Amino acid sequence: MGVFLQTLFVGLRLGSVYALIALGYTMVYGIIRLINFAHGDFIMVGGYTLIFTVPLMTAAGLPAWLAVVIAIAVCALVGVGVELVAYRPVRRKGTGMTALITAVAMSLFLENLAQAIPAIGPNPIIASQLFAPGGFRVAGVTLDFVTIYTIAVSAAVMLLLYVFTQKTRMGRAMRCVSEDKSAAVLMGISVNRTVLTTFAVGSGLSAVAALMYVAQYPKVYTTMGSLLGLKAFVAAVAGGIGLIPGAMLGGLVIGLVESFTTSYISSSLTDAVVFLILIAVLLIKPAGILGKNVGEKV
Amino acid sequence: MSEAKRQPILETRGLGISFGGLKAVQDFNLKLSPGELAGLIGPNGAGKTTVFNLLTGVYAPTEGSVILGGEVLNGKKTHQFVAAGIARTFQNIRLFKQMSVIDNVKAAFAKDVKYRMGAALFRTPGYWRAEAALERRAMELLEIFRLERHARELASSLPYGAQRKLEIARALATDMKVLLLDEPAAGMNPTETAELVECISIVRERFGIAILLIEHDMSLVMKLCERITVLDYGQTIAEGSGEEIAANPRVIAAYLGDNDGEEGERLA
Amino acid sequence: MNKTVKRGYIVNGLTAVLAYAAFCVLAATLGQEGGFKLIIAPGIWQCCYLILLAASLNLVLGFMGQLSLGHCGFMAIGAYTAALMSLAFERAGVYDEKSGAAFLAVLFLCIISAGLLAAAFGVLVGIPALRLKGDYLAIITLGFGLIIVNVINNLPFAGQNGLAEGSAAASLYATGLGFGSSDRVAYLWAGVGVTALCVTLMFMFVRSKYGRAVRAIRDDEIAAAASGINTGYYKVLTFAFSAFFAGVAGALYACCNASLSTVSFSFTNGSILNSTFVVVMVVLGGMGSLTGSVVSAVVMFLLNYQIANGAWVDALPGFIQGAFTYPMLVYAVVLIVIIMFRPKGIFGAYEFSLLRTPGELARRLRGLGRGKRANKGGKEAAAQ
Repeated sequence: MGVFLQTLFVGLRLGSVYALIALGYTMVYGIIRLINFAHGDFIMVGGYTLIFTVPLMTAAGLPAWLAVVIAIAVCALVGVGVELVAYRPVRRKGTGMTALITAVAMSLFLENLAQAIPAIGPNPIIASQLFAPGGFRVAGVTLDFVTIYTIAVSAAVMLLLYVFTQKTRMGRAMRCVSEDKSAAVLMGISVNRTVLTTFAVGSGLSAVAALMYVAQYPKVYTTMGSLLGLKAFVAAVAGGIGLIPGAMLGGLVIGLVESFTTSYISSSLTDAVVFLILIAVLLIKPAGILGKNVGEKV
Repeated sequence: MSEAKRQPILETRGLGISFGGLKAVQDFNLKLSPGELAGLIGPNGAGKTTVFNLLTGVYAPTEGSVILGGEVLNGKKTHQFVAAGIARTFQNIRLFKQMSVIDNVKAAFAKDVKYRMGAALFRTPGYWRAEAALERRAMELLEIFRLERHARELASSLPYGAQRKLEIARALATDMKVLLLDEPAAGMNPTETAELVECISIVRERFGIAILLIEHDMSLVMKLCERITVLDYGQTIAEGSGEEIAANPRVIAAYLGDNDGEEGERLA
Repeated sequence: MNKTVKRGYIVNGLTAVLAYAAFCVLAATLGQEGGFKLIIAPGIWQCCYLILLAASLNLVLGFMGQLSLGHCGFMAIGAYTAALMSLAFERAGVYDEKSGAAFLAVLFLCIISAGLLAAAFGVLVGIPALRLKGDYLAIITLGFGLIIVNVINNLPFAGQNGLAEGSAAASLYATGLGFGSSDRVAYLWAGVGVTALCVTLMFMFVRSKYGRAVRAIRDDEIAAAASGINTGYYKVLTFAFSAFFAGVAGALYACCNASLSTVSFSFTNGSILNSTFVVVMVVLGGMGSLTGSVVSAVVMFLLNYQIANGAWVDALPGFIQGAFTYPMLVYAVVLIVIIMFRPKGIFGAYEFSLLRTPGELARRLRGLGRGKRANKGGKEAAAQ
């Protein structure tokens, strides 16, 4: 029972982080139909920003986690930059395939650029404590504060995001653009600005994910986002890509699968199991758990 | 008419499909005899292209069946429909753009090119024989459509009218018994349309196949088709010869709204 | 078989014989010398498996239009199959020295088995490709690459505890396949021969009904099905066919390296041998041109070698030298630049031909002299 509860907590915590990252993938995919492979690396950018800004915060007498505000800004800037410099020009000229290859290239570029910058790479940097240690005892198992914060923060962020897309002008514009670009243009929506906002919001979310992740695993390295991002993408696809509730559900599912595989099967097989689940989901219900199947128009 | 000719080659029985509760096509019955040229018309969104998709296995029908030469094709995949003898063209041209004109046609001879992987990899005499025969047959087809001069060019470099013709040539390469043409004259100028009409007539004579045509150009449909089926909201509202259709009040109503018989005259 | 084809066979056959003779003479005269033995021969081996990797991925990426990000997974299967098989044969006492007919038979048996097992996995990956395409397929293949590495690491007889008993990087010398420097020279003919044969087979594949069907699927899958092409069959077939050669590339890798580790085959890693690098090679050479893949594999090998060892690097400003420590950074930039400014790659869909290319080149040069762009030749060839 103790092991089960512990595994459940870990799964929910991991799942919340995956859900936050998956939201970024899903928003971008929903709006420009592109897997932003570089999204995972935005987490790395967020992680390093935290590393460098946390000392500033503590020096100013503020709580360490406030550094996330700066991290969000930096990640949003990087996201917008990637869209402006690489994705938009390629999208204009090329096909879906060239856009996809560009995304892979951008991911590679960010990872290796980070390695080449002396202040950052190539060796991992240990992060300082972001939240106060400690926790509650529940049924003989410690539920630590970091876990609670992670789950609460991601739930709050998702709620905010939901309100944003449903109630605000910009949110509605996003949904319009993802539904039908040309119709959105006719309605007077600036597609380019909407896409940029989507990138900014999605990338900002990855900074929050970075905060939660680093709070638990206090180590930052240049390739940290690559596998994390991939699994989050799996979560987005499993839940139904392009759908915000799908990303949340998918994130939790993948987090739970991962933690239960680690506890009950083998820690070295988790990645394989996660991807097998993806393959199974895609074969049984290609549009994801919450998605609707839409065939190509002939 | 001989007994063989009256036997329908393509038949649908109560064919229908719904998309999430919306009945896009329902109770569609069609009989097409060899050598016949029938038209399928109807206002935009009436379900004409959906019928074509049902007839080629792109969509699986939710009710009814497609029968070709006595064989029920339900549950088969598109390429099996083609192998059984139904070929089509598309409303928005779908050529293999980055392939040469002749390769577009050659690719569609799929079931006639019998050599195996080993023969292809090691270039056996059988491979060369098959490829030479293929080249000859593909060129013959292109000649019918006067495309032989462009055989080595990329399909995407052809002018619009020629692309439409290439699509028909490619469909013919599948050695079909029934040809479905989805708005072949769309976007063509009068000269190109005239050429197309000529092509369709030649194809009919030479191949003796049944043709089902979707077209918006009424004069073209009236000129070519012996029998016309009219669809509206997924239902067959009329069937008959050109004159009968033009005089049918339900057809006129479907096209023009409920009033005004005067403009309906233009249909004829 | 018509006249041009016959002439093509004669010209290509003669060229192959001449090239082989020149190669033998070179190997015999330079074979004992340090430079050839230590730098050029290993380089040729490396080129061989890079060429096979790039060309085989091009079948899927360039000709079939499906992005596969797990190509090195097939290579890993091939490498481990070859290494473990040779180990088994050695333990069984089939051969004990790296020479003689028995060893040669084992060598080729290993190479072929590596290809076949990889092809079997190619079928497995091809099956999801029946229902998925584009982005989803890219992720599936990426996942496959990860799973393969993961599974190999967990196999009791390979990976972490296999081959070298306890180390992640398994020594290949023990198995017989890990050639030392003089073996690399002695068996160079085998590596080059296998590569040439495989590239020829791939060429024959794309220039047959199979290639036509596969390119038709790339251009328009729905129209391909409506033209009677069994798209599912051809997709799985092409995945398997492509995986076969990736497996062979893995076997060659196992031959010319001292150690084998799954780290070499992961999606991205510090070294150049990963699935993304293969994509870079294919895009650089031209999606849809096997000639392009061969040339760009050699170019990328030379570039990689030069970045690591070239004397000219010292003359560059410090920050560029810093970037060169991470070659993938350079390749990422190269990839982005190509995609932006020449998405077709260097060769587009052009194929080199001993019969046609010299004439076309001459025509093009004359055309350039007149200030005209004579690209008709290229266009025709592209449409072939």
